[in-house]
Amino acid sequence: MADQTHLDGNALGGLLYQLFERDMTDQRGRCRECGTVKVLGEIHVFRDAPGDVMRCPACNAVLMVIVQMRTGYRVSFESLSWLEVQGVEGSAVT
Amino acid sequence: MAGAALRRRLTWSIADVVGVVVENPTVRSIVLEVPAWPGHLPGQHLDLRLTAEDGYQAQRSYSIATPANGESVTITVEMVDDGEVSPYLTEELRTGDRIEVRGPIGGYFVWDTSSTRPLFLVGGGSGVVPLMSMVRAWSEVGSAVPVRYLASARTFDRLIYFQELEVLAAADRELRLTHTLTRSHPDDWTGPTRRIDSEMLSGSGFDPSDSPEIFVCGPTGFVESVAQTLVTDGHRPEDIKTERFGPSGG
Amino acid sequence: MSFVTRGFRRKDREAPAERVPPGQYATPDFPVLSAGPTPRITTDTWEFTLLDASGERHAWDWDAFMALASDTVTVDIHCVTKWSKLDTTWTGVPIDTLLEGVSQTGSQALLSSYGGYTTNLPLQDVTGGKAWLAHEYEGEPLAAEHGGPVRLLVPHLYFWKSAKWVNGMVLSDVERLGFWESYGYHSYGDPWREQRYAGD
Repeated sequence: MADQTHLDGNALGGLLYQLFERDMTDQRGRCRECGTVKVLGEIHVFRDAPGDVMRCPACNAVLMVIVQMRTGYRVSFESLSWLEVQGVEGSAVT
Repeated sequence: MAGAALRRRLTWSIADVVGVVVENPTVRSIVLEVPAWPGHLPGQHLDLRLTAEDGYQAQRSYSIATPANGESVTITVEMVDDGEVSPYLTEELRTGDRIEVRGPIGGYFVWDTSSTRPLFLVGGGSGVVPLMSMVRAWSEVGSAVPVRYLASARTFDRLIYFQELEVLAAADRELRLTHTLTRSHPDDWTGPTRRIDSEMLSGSGFDPSDSPEIFVCGPTGFVESVAQTLVTDGHRPEDIKTERFGPSGG
Repeated sequence: MSFVTRGFRRKDREAPAERVPPGQYATPDFPVLSAGPTPRITTDTWEFTLLDASGERHAWDWDAFMALASDTVTVDIHCVTKWSKLDTTWTGVPIDTLLEGVSQTGSQALLSSYGGYTTNLPLQDVTGGKAWLAHEYEGEPLAAEHGGPVRLLVPHLYFWKSAKWVNGMVLSDVERLGFWESYGYHSYGDPWREQRYAGD
């Protein structure tokens, strides 16, 4: 069995699409630990696990963890300080 | 980027297998007809789901090898030893079967056919599949951008799309190909026979001053080594897009 | 039920039903599952630190650890991702041995690993001959991809509790959830009661 290695956020394209109802692989996120900003398609993903672990490609900090449970998903935010969702119209300002 | 195409729901649908193409001894292309397929962009992939009689499910992602063409979608699958899904797809699946797919997926690793920038494609092993969809789209729309394609495989038998690429390159001077065989090569092989390195990337690619769009795809180690070398050689990180494929368990 | 794909089946192995917990299937393979990159720890820098419930610190370097008596056990292991592997043989130091001479053992244990992974268990689930710090698998030094030099082995619970690359244990009276437990998995994880997820 090959030594465990990572993929990237492209491998989570379908799952992220399900959760956000749009493609997220070209959306940027920031690592709280080291400040690196990357699009999700470039973050490191460990999929050979009981869940999907998304890590900062610069410092390896856990950004997000997605676990499929019985009736849905739990999305845990660890060191992801922000995530952009571009191309969405803003709400009306009163 | 086609905003409308990215806004639809992503659901599983049942596709018909309408053809199987033997690309080489370990690689098959599977031609699917997917009902109500909305079209796709070069570089996108689909997810495929297999369900056994006892309910066990396995899911994998495969890059789409062909440009958008109505409901017709072709994926190219490499057989992985000891894999769970790829042996099924490359040895068992046949024309007439039906299979669950969802897609298209991916807004990052895509090439815009209306781009005017030089295009540099670097693929390792089956990493050439999404790159080939870009080459095929480039050819189909008659794009004028220069394309350099660099692919690495262990042996000649493991190269994918070799003949088709040779034909395309013979017909269009703007497409330049380099194939390198890293483990063994036929006696009459005239191409490089080593792993991709800085010299090969600059020799078969573009100068950073040409501001190319660069797509790198293949196993994780390959992608990281190539991307790092490109940056060291002066290419801007934001010009390089990467897609890592799983090394095993396919 | 969803659409069935003609001719597709998983590659599992026949196994006596009473040895395979609900929802599991037996596999001949030993899949490698990891939440992060494989740490590369050599035995000359390896250390295991035990912090007992009073805060007292006990530590073993490789030589001190290997001087302790090890058991060799053959056990079945069950991964929450549904594969089970029967009759796996491990050699390791019982946790009971490490706790000899520790007075304040508390009631809860939090195991930590090189690379940052953690998992939590009640103390009674790592004592009484139920858990080891394993350094050999099938008679060979434990490979890094499977958790070497040393991993926890707690076969009666789902295998995410058998933390790879362990380097420490903290004892207390407070349950602190580990990595997978805080991300959605069950805090205890009994495969025979199919306690996979939080809330099961």
